[in-house]
Amino acid sequence: MSRPAHRPLDQTARPWLMAAALATILPHLEHQALWLSSLIGLMLLWAAWLWQRNERLPNSGLLAIIVCLSCCAVYLEYQTLFGRDAGVALLVIFMAMKMLELKTRRDGMVVVTLGYFLLLTHYFYSQSIPTGLWLLIALWLVTSALIRLNSGPDATPRSILRYAASLLVQALPFMLALYLLFPRINGPLWGLPQDAHSGKTGLSEQMTPGSIAHLALNNDIAFRVRFDAETPPGKLLYWRGPVMEYFDGTTWRPQPNRPGSERIEVIATPLSYEITLEAHNQRWLLALDAPTGLPPETGLNGTLTATHRQIINERRQFRFASTLDYRFNVAENPNILRRNLQLPAGRNPQTLKLASEWRATAKAPEEVVNKALTLFAEQNFVYTLQPPLLGPEGVDDFLFSSRRGFCEHYAAAFVVLMRAAGIPARVVGGYQGGEVNPVDGYLTVRQSDAHAWSEIWLEGRGWIRIDPTAAVSPARIENGRIDQSGSANLPALSQLRTAWLKNLRHRWEAINNAWNQQILSYDMQRQRQLLARLGWQEAGWQDLVILLALCCTILLGAITAWTLHQKTQPDPATRLWHKALRHLARRQVNCAPWETPNALLHRVQTEHPMLAEPFGRVVNAYLDVRYGRTSNNLNLLREAIAQLP
Amino acid sequence: MKLLAQLKQALFRWQSDGTAPLRLGQRRIFIIPSRGGLLFVSALVVMLIGAINYSLALGHALVFLLAGLGLVGMIHTFRNLYDLVITPGRCDAVFAGEIAYFELRLDNERATARRALTFEADAEHPVTVTVDAGKMLKIAIPQRTIRRGWCELSRIRLSSEYPIGLFHAWSYLQPAMRCLVFPTPVMTPLPAPSATNHQGTQRGAAGQEDFSGFRLRQPTDSLHHVAWKASARIPDSNDLLVKQFAGGSALELQLDWALTDPALPDETRLGILCGWVLQADASGQRYGLRLPGHKIAPADTKNQRLACLQLLALFAL
Repeated sequence: MSRPAHRPLDQTARPWLMAAALATILPHLEHQALWLSSLIGLMLLWAAWLWQRNERLPNSGLLAIIVCLSCCAVYLEYQTLFGRDAGVALLVIFMAMKMLELKTRRDGMVVVTLGYFLLLTHYFYSQSIPTGLWLLIALWLVTSALIRLNSGPDATPRSILRYAASLLVQALPFMLALYLLFPRINGPLWGLPQDAHSGKTGLSEQMTPGSIAHLALNNDIAFRVRFDAETPPGKLLYWRGPVMEYFDGTTWRPQPNRPGSERIEVIATPLSYEITLEAHNQRWLLALDAPTGLPPETGLNGTLTATHRQIINERRQFRFASTLDYRFNVAENPNILRRNLQLPAGRNPQTLKLASEWRATAKAPEEVVNKALTLFAEQNFVYTLQPPLLGPEGVDDFLFSSRRGFCEHYAAAFVVLMRAAGIPARVVGGYQGGEVNPVDGYLTVRQSDAHAWSEIWLEGRGWIRIDPTAAVSPARIENGRIDQSGSANLPALSQLRTAWLKNLRHRWEAINNAWNQQILSYDMQRQRQLLARLGWQEAGWQDLVILLALCCTILLGAITAWTLHQKTQPDPATRLWHKALRHLARRQVNCAPWETPNALLHRVQTEHPMLAEPFGRVVNAYLDVRYGRTSNNLNLLREAIAQLP
Repeated sequence: MKLLAQLKQALFRWQSDGTAPLRLGQRRIFIIPSRGGLLFVSALVVMLIGAINYSLALGHALVFLLAGLGLVGMIHTFRNLYDLVITPGRCDAVFAGEIAYFELRLDNERATARRALTFEADAEHPVTVTVDAGKMLKIAIPQRTIRRGWCELSRIRLSSEYPIGLFHAWSYLQPAMRCLVFPTPVMTPLPAPSATNHQGTQRGAAGQEDFSGFRLRQPTDSLHHVAWKASARIPDSNDLLVKQFAGGSALELQLDWALTDPALPDETRLGILCGWVLQADASGQRYGLRLPGHKIAPADTKNQRLACLQLLALFAL
């Protein structure tokens, strides 16, 4: 190690390092502040200009000033220097600045290492297939820069790129072994910074008119489901989220800290299914309405919502069993029933008046329910995602003047009507329906499938689901989504294209799903399952380490053996000549190392006169290929050898 | 102690390996992570912690791929040296203080180039070369010489960090190569030539055929050698010309240790003699060399210079 560590960097290595820096910085610009992107662009341009003109790089004093200013700017932007976003911003700035400090080979090594590190930071923002592919290319580029740094200037770009690719390909088996066998730890190791999982949308825990409409246009996937048996029809799929019981006149909220006291009477056989839930930063899960089998660390609260012990801040899988036909809490706690009759005092007088009229005339609660549903069905109510703004008496405005709205308006108005008529009722938030991907059979539920419905409690029947939206827009429930396009009127060609696009989208989503299911969700549990399937139950981390070490040793041995013993192939003529010599060796004629072909022929003529003639032709053909004017006479040589006895 | 010495030889090649072509095998190649490698490993550790903490599946994959790259890179760095065939070549004699160039022939029998091979005999003069796929390359390892005599090629350190620079692989080479180092010449005027102790008639028959020209007569030249006719043809001059013969000179220089100043150190005296040999050889004179206990008779063979310089180089060693 007694070598000069500060060998100067040769000028022609610099473009490689710049390309590596650019490839690792570029994807970050998408989600970074504009000033930051501009700063980075300026620094890169400056570095490129200096390189072009072969000028001296700025001195360290100036660079120190830029570092300080950048840190201040990052602090002002993010209010911190740590955490995910600020940390990444700093790394990106350092990478760009390192381009102004490329003096020695050691600086080059720093750039490469930083480049590898920056690649990791992209996964904070996306782990999709395109990100993976782009980063693979960036990885290739950074590795090429690393090779270029160490090879000296006489290697061609082509050979460097090829070498980098071959090294990465050879590293793949190690990656596979490590990925499968490295003892997995389920993170996080410590409290994650505030911004670790920001920027994820999903169903909210409270409902103010408009909140679901915002989701209705969002095509992101909320979760995917795979049923063990057949997928039930869409109109039965009510994915239950938070139940909102408290109403203050504008916003519906769940009651906090409800003690669990659920009693489910199962009528239909439960269905088993697995949900892959995208991160939504909430604790509730989304199960079909009456879960009978729950995943570990999950409980049911008193309103039949499955709740997990931890906040779901990453994509996770849960196995459930649910029944679609059931009775729930036929004997309900009177406190809870009272709570579900609560209405803000003095709000929505018209609605209250209507409900009290119904209550006076109706013989049974069911009749009130029917009256309300008939009202929605017959009184020109319109299902729309662009309802007019409602005044302070939201329910009155909706029921008696605008009559335009979507699920949350109908659910809220219905519950207010029920409560006013003395029937315990509440709003349930969640998703309804879903779309089966024909490619892989997964049911995909999107944010646009977000839905709100209501639940009423009837004597002797318990809580039953009423979906008032169905009274207005049955298609919303049957098809599982709002028919925005009205595709029936479209010309055939355009329909064909729509079908084709849909098919394409299905395929793409199936690939994405497989990617998520098979690759991204590989964790401690999956690792255990895999080993169990290989016949290794209860593998501890020590066993894994031993197995891993074994695998890596075998791989190292194999790759070493393979790479070390690659020799140059002799040219075809020499190979054929050796073949002829092997023929002779069978007749106990061995060519001495110093013997020329003619000398050998001479010896053959005296020792084995029988062989002399055919071997003479071989020698002539060989000498002709080797030293003759005419090239490509290999075939003659081949024929001559074939005629050897 | 003997075992320890054997071990040291096996590991570090303090003594010569002999002259046969040397094929670098696995027992001769050492490999450790370089500084860049340590930086890389620490970056990987931080990346792995980050990937675990944020549960990044692709982060895990990236870290593991890079770890694999490191392992593969280790093999390839090793492979860059492995199976390289090194054959000692020749080395021309130099004068002390000059740089001796030891020629080595490198054979790469593999189908890929071996790049960034650095040979160092002394730390000031590293030689970095690339041996292309299936090619042979001759390189000269420079080594500064200090004293006259045989200069053994010191242990060569062959090292490389190609391709990924995360590992430093090296090997010690000690081919049996030595370079003859002549004394550093000290340039002082030549001593006067003395008359030959051969009789003119004895060598005349052969010498006269090799007549090569005239030169001005010096006082020490015998009158027998004066070319009277030629001298007479020079107008208005009292100078006499002496015939010169390529095959033998009428006069000869006897470069004698005793002619040098005994007050000077021995090495300087040898240097003076060396300077004389060079000057005498350059002027085409017939010269001999006499050192205590050694004598090279005056001759004008082509080997005379080499024989004299060799004697000077190895005198009393």
